[in-house]
Amino acid sequence: MNLHEYQGRELFARYGLPVLPGQVAGSPEEARDIAEQIGSTVVIKAQVQAGGRGKAGGVKLAHTPEEAFERARDILALTIKGLPVHRVLVAQAADIAREYYLSIVTDREAHLPLIMLSAEGGVDIEEVARTAPGKILRHHIPREGLRPYVARDLMMKVFPDFAQAQQAAAILLKLNEVYTDGDCSLAEINPLAVTPAGKVLALDAKVILDDNAEFRHPDWAHWRDPAEETAGARLAREKGLSYVKLDGDIGCVVNGAGLAMATMDLIKHYGGEPANFLDIGGSSNPEKVTAALKIITGDSHARAVLFNIFGGITRCDDVANGIVTSLKSSPLTVPLVIRLTGTNEEKARQILSDFGLGATTSMDEAVRMVVARAQEVTA
Amino acid sequence: MSVLIDKNTRLIVQGITGRDGAFHTQQMVAYGTRVVAGVTPGKGGERVHGVPVFDSVAEAMEKTRANTSVIYVPAPFAADAIHEAADAGVGLIVCITEGVPVRDTLGAFHKVLALRGEDHPLGRPRLVGPNCPGLITPGQAKVGILPGHIVTPGPIGVVSKSGTLTYEVVKQLTDAGLGQTTCLGIGGDPVIGTDFIDALTLFEADGKTEGIVLMGEIGGNAEEQAAQFIRRHVTKPVVAFVAGQTAPPGKRMGHAGAIISGGTGTAADKMAAFEAAGIPVARIPSEIPALIADALARRRSRRRNGAPAARKPAARKSAARKAAARRPPARKPAGGAKRAATRPAAKQKAARPARKK
Repeated sequence: MNLHEYQGRELFARYGLPVLPGQVAGSPEEARDIAEQIGSTVVIKAQVQAGGRGKAGGVKLAHTPEEAFERARDILALTIKGLPVHRVLVAQAADIAREYYLSIVTDREAHLPLIMLSAEGGVDIEEVARTAPGKILRHHIPREGLRPYVARDLMMKVFPDFAQAQQAAAILLKLNEVYTDGDCSLAEINPLAVTPAGKVLALDAKVILDDNAEFRHPDWAHWRDPAEETAGARLAREKGLSYVKLDGDIGCVVNGAGLAMATMDLIKHYGGEPANFLDIGGSSNPEKVTAALKIITGDSHARAVLFNIFGGITRCDDVANGIVTSLKSSPLTVPLVIRLTGTNEEKARQILSDFGLGATTSMDEAVRMVVARAQEVTA
Repeated sequence: MSVLIDKNTRLIVQGITGRDGAFHTQQMVAYGTRVVAGVTPGKGGERVHGVPVFDSVAEAMEKTRANTSVIYVPAPFAADAIHEAADAGVGLIVCITEGVPVRDTLGAFHKVLALRGEDHPLGRPRLVGPNCPGLITPGQAKVGILPGHIVTPGPIGVVSKSGTLTYEVVKQLTDAGLGQTTCLGIGGDPVIGTDFIDALTLFEADGKTEGIVLMGEIGGNAEEQAAQFIRRHVTKPVVAFVAGQTAPPGKRMGHAGAIISGGTGTAADKMAAFEAAGIPVARIPSEIPALIADALARRRSRRRNGAPAARKPAARKSAARKAAARRPPARKPAGGAKRAATRPAAKQKAARPARKK
C-alpha cells in the first residue's frame, strides 16, 4: 500500500521525526480553518499518488487563511496524471536553505535494507540516479542494525555543518525505526530540508507499506482510501483476487499471476488489448469465479471475456461450476471464450457442454479466438 | 541426476494437518515422494494419509532422518517455520506459503545463509521460496504443489518465478517430447531464498541437465543479473521468457515482487538484457519448446564435431565460486565481494568447497 503524504507524515510524527504542523483538508473551508490554526504562511499540497505535483500546479503557498481557501479550491479542482485531487495537505511553510534526499528501501538482490542519501534533494531522485549516480550515497544496513555512529558518519559526508549532521543522523535512526517496525518497503524524505536557522526537517513523506505485513498492523486499515478504489477493486480485495484494471477491451480471468501476465501479453501479441489483470489464485472457490466475472463486466469496457485456467490445485470443474452459476444468475452480454486444462478437465468440459458452452485446451488458440470475437463485436 | 531433490529425498511436511498441507501430502505421496513425517505443534501422534505427525521439526528429524522440509503453514507463522527447520538441521527448506512479510523472509534468509556459510553456494541448508510452487524431479520426487502429470524425465532444467505459467510451459515441453531434469519454482516475492543465479549454478553443475528454460517476470533486476551470469558462467544453452510485457508501471501484478517502479524492472529491459547476452528470448510461451529444442540440437552437433562450447568452457569451474562471491557478506563491507570475484582462477579452484549432494 502506498501512503499519501499526510498519512506518511502521521507515521513519521508517531516516531518523533521532525515534521511541521499540518492537517489534511477535504474542502476549501477546512483548509481555511487549518491555516487559521497554524497562524502563519502555509503550503497547500495536493494529496495524490503521483510525482511532479508541483509542476502540475498541485503545490501552492498561502499567506492568509483566505488565500488558503482559494488555493485549496483551485487544487481540489485539479486532476493530476489522471488522478482527481480529493484532499489537500495544509502545513506550515518553512524557509528552506538547502534540500537533501534520504530514503531506506529494501534491496532485493543484497537481501538488506539500503540507505540512499544525496545532497541533491527536492528533485526526482530517479533523475539524479540516471544523470549523476555519483551524487547518491548508498549504504546497506547490516543484520545487526544501524549503529548511531554509522548514521553520524554517513551524514557527516553530506552535511557540511556538524550540528546539522547530528540532527540528520537522529532523523535517519528514527526513519530506520519507521522502516523496520512499520514494515515499510520504502520510507523516503524528499526534501530533507535545512532552514536558514540550521534546523533539519522532514518536509515530505513517501511511504510504501509491505501489504503482506498487514496482519500485524490493524491500524493500516484506516489508511486505505476508499475514494481511490473503484467498485471492482474493492470487490477484488474483499474476495481475495488480484486485480488491475487496464485500458483494453478483452477481459481475462486467469489462475496464477505469471500465467495472467503471460495471457495479457499473448492477447497483445495476437492484436488485442487486455482490459485487466485478474488472478483468481490457487483455490477454485466458485464464488471467486462469480466475483471475477462481476468485476470485469462492471468495471471495464470488455467486448469479450477469456477464461484461461491451468488446473493444478485449481480444479477445472470448480471453475466450470462457477462460470455456469454466474451465467445463470446474470447472463453475459459479450462473447466468452474458455480455455481449461489440467485437474478434472473432463468433468469441467461436461459441466460446460451441459450448459451449451465449449472449451478449448490450447492457450494460443483461446487467445486468438477471443481477439477475433472482440473484433467482430467492434465491427 | 537432478537438482535439489531426487529419490533419496526424505520429506517433512510442516503444517501437514492444515487443508493445503493435507491435500498436497496426499499428492506428493501419490507421486512417489518419500514423505517421512509431518509437523503440527499439538498434533503429535496423529497420522495424515499414513504419515506420522510430530510436535516439532527437531523431533521429526530425530525420529525419521529427513533431509528436506516443505512448509504450508499460514503466512504469519511461515518464517518461524523456516527458522525451526533450519535450527533442526534440515538441508533443503521449501516454503510454499504466500503472503510472508518481507521483513520476516529477510530474517529467515539470513539465518539459512549463516548456517550454510558464504562459500557453499551449492551447499546446505538452502531455502526455496517463499510464495513458490516448489519443485519436482520427474519420476523421482515432488516437493510442493506442481502437478505431477505434466512432467516427464529428460534433459531440460526449468526455473521460474511463477506457478501456473511454469505448468503451462512444462506441459508444452512434455507434449513436444522435451523432458525435464528438475522443474524449480523460485517464487514471486521480492526476497527469495534461491534466486535465478543459484538455480543456474545448480543446473550448470548437474550432469544430466543439457539445456535450461528460465521464466522471469517484471520487477527487480534478477533477470538482468541472470543474463550477465549466464554470459560469463553458464555453458549450457538457456532460453528465456519474461512475463508482463503489457503490465502498466506502478501496479503490483499479483506477485508481491512483480511491479515496475521508477521505470525499472520492465519486461522490455529484461528481454533486452537476455538478448544482449546472446540468450534466445521467447516472445510467447509456445515458442519455448522449439527454441530450446534448437539450442539442444546445436549443442549436441557441436559436441559431436568436437567444437568448443559457445560460451567460456572453463566457466563451470568458477560458477559456484562466483555465486558465493556475489553474496553481500553480512558483516563485511560490500567491497569484499568484488575482491573475491577477481581472484585468479587457480586460487578459486583450490578454494572451491566440496559439493554436497
